[in-house]
Amino acid sequence: MNFYAIRAIYLFEMARTWRTLLQSIVSPVISTSLYFVVFGAAIGSRISEINGISYGAFIVPGLVMLSLLTQSISNASFGIYFPKFVGTIYELLSAPVSYLEIVIAYVGAAASKSIILGLIILATAALFVPLQVQHPVWMLLFLVLTAVTFSLFGFIIGIWARSFEQLQLVPLLIITPLTFLGGSFYSIDMLPPFWRTVSLFNPVVYLVSGFRWSFFGVSDVNVGISLGMTLVFLAACLAAVWWIFRTGWRIKV
Amino acid sequence: MIVMQPIISVSNLSKTYASGFSALKDINLDIRRGEIFALLGPNGAGKTTLISVICGIVNPTSGTVLADGHDIVRDYRAARTLIGLVPQELTTDAFETVWATVSFSRGLFGKPANPAHIEKILKDLSLWDKKDSKIITLSGGMKRRVMIAKALSHEPQILFLDEPTAGVDVELRRDMWEVVRLLRETGVTIILTTHYIEEAEQMADRVGVISHGEIILVEDKAELMRKLGRKQLTLQLQQPLEQVPQALSSHGLELSEDGNELVYTYDTQGERTGITALLKDLNDAGIRFRDLQTKQSSLEEIFVNLVSERR
Repeated sequence: MNFYAIRAIYLFEMARTWRTLLQSIVSPVISTSLYFVVFGAAIGSRISEINGISYGAFIVPGLVMLSLLTQSISNASFGIYFPKFVGTIYELLSAPVSYLEIVIAYVGAAASKSIILGLIILATAALFVPLQVQHPVWMLLFLVLTAVTFSLFGFIIGIWARSFEQLQLVPLLIITPLTFLGGSFYSIDMLPPFWRTVSLFNPVVYLVSGFRWSFFGVSDVNVGISLGMTLVFLAACLAAVWWIFRTGWRIKV
Repeated sequence: MIVMQPIISVSNLSKTYASGFSALKDINLDIRRGEIFALLGPNGAGKTTLISVICGIVNPTSGTVLADGHDIVRDYRAARTLIGLVPQELTTDAFETVWATVSFSRGLFGKPANPAHIEKILKDLSLWDKKDSKIITLSGGMKRRVMIAKALSHEPQILFLDEPTAGVDVELRRDMWEVVRLLRETGVTIILTTHYIEEAEQMADRVGVISHGEIILVEDKAELMRKLGRKQLTLQLQQPLEQVPQALSSHGLELSEDGNELVYTYDTQGERTGITALLKDLNDAGIRFRDLQTKQSSLEEIFVNLVSERR
């Protein structure tokens, strides 16, 4: 194992975060705070409790998940796309690093950033609403698992993308809608039966539900199923990355 | 006699792209340990593809490459650890500092941090005073030096320089030649591609010519120039001639347009150059000359001749 290479890539990627602190950390925190002001304080005060939880607190896991998904994808996709775009990927391809090491370093860095961001958003949320975490270990597990899974997904998008437009396509047109429709701001039990069934095809529902369970002990779907679905998506992403590197798809000619 | 194992051994290497374009055709090439090898060829000949395959950037279609005995595919870690690459394009990070990007390269190639080594490289390449500068603020020539520093950061035994001095001014180019010579003195094998034939002529021990994906010649530079080099003797006449006299027709002389110069072309490899006979015949014909000069063909002329012969 080339640990020096993993460390070099990881630190290089993390350094980019600190260089772009405003974009990487401050901006998502401000957006999330605005959500709390609008949905938590302004609108939330007129919404009754959901499953005995105040609306302001209810949306916290969903909001963390929203940032976690979008930032994981954006960090990881940009991390690998940019060297492709500017041509510095030659160095990565000519270095004595295995594909596994490349994935560990890039995905590890992207996931680390998302996890840090998720925890900052949680801390920010605690300033607005009283927060309780019934299952902190599970909360961290869902946080890490989701960050890693979607960083892997972002890594795949970064390799697939041939332009900055394509890079934005999946997060904007697929992930954001799925997150908004995945029960971030509501319980899917509040939906009419037909739309509730449709929602069960949205993988984000399982992530938000499982994560919310770790906070409040209540969930839209069974926590075991949530965990299972997250692991299935993780396995699918791992399989895709394995195939990409085995074939050199869009990396090597 | 001990035959030293080549540091790079390319056997039956071919590369055909998905489009069907055959960039490399059954390449066989050995690079000797410690030499400076210049790979010459016109645009699109396959120089960069060959380097890219050896360095692991492009997958070979068939054939094998060994770097110091290590297969570049099966034993890629050991092979790549030995190799440093300076690509043709100026592809650098923009917002990193020189120090950070060179240190990053060392880590990427599996070496522990060694600030003293990085400092030496940056000083050797006259980059030390720029170590804290962001790469985006550097000139093109300086960026090229940064790329060389990155390639040297992990102390490679083999260095590929793909058009190292493209777009670099004359002074910087000569500085780089000096750096390359110093590297060779430390035992690093250097393979360079270049459009500046002068560069190969100045630096290379051996020259390989690639054209249309095939190696058409590999030869010691001096030997190549001796073998293929033609020399010309130009005689400046005291009195202009209207035509070459009949008595001198056997020498194949060319007369300049103004009739003031006679040009005699001869083979440096031949046992006899024919100069003595020519001078005697000139004397017998009563032709006097004011001055004479000889000129040897440059590597560039040899290269152009070789490539045009293949077309």
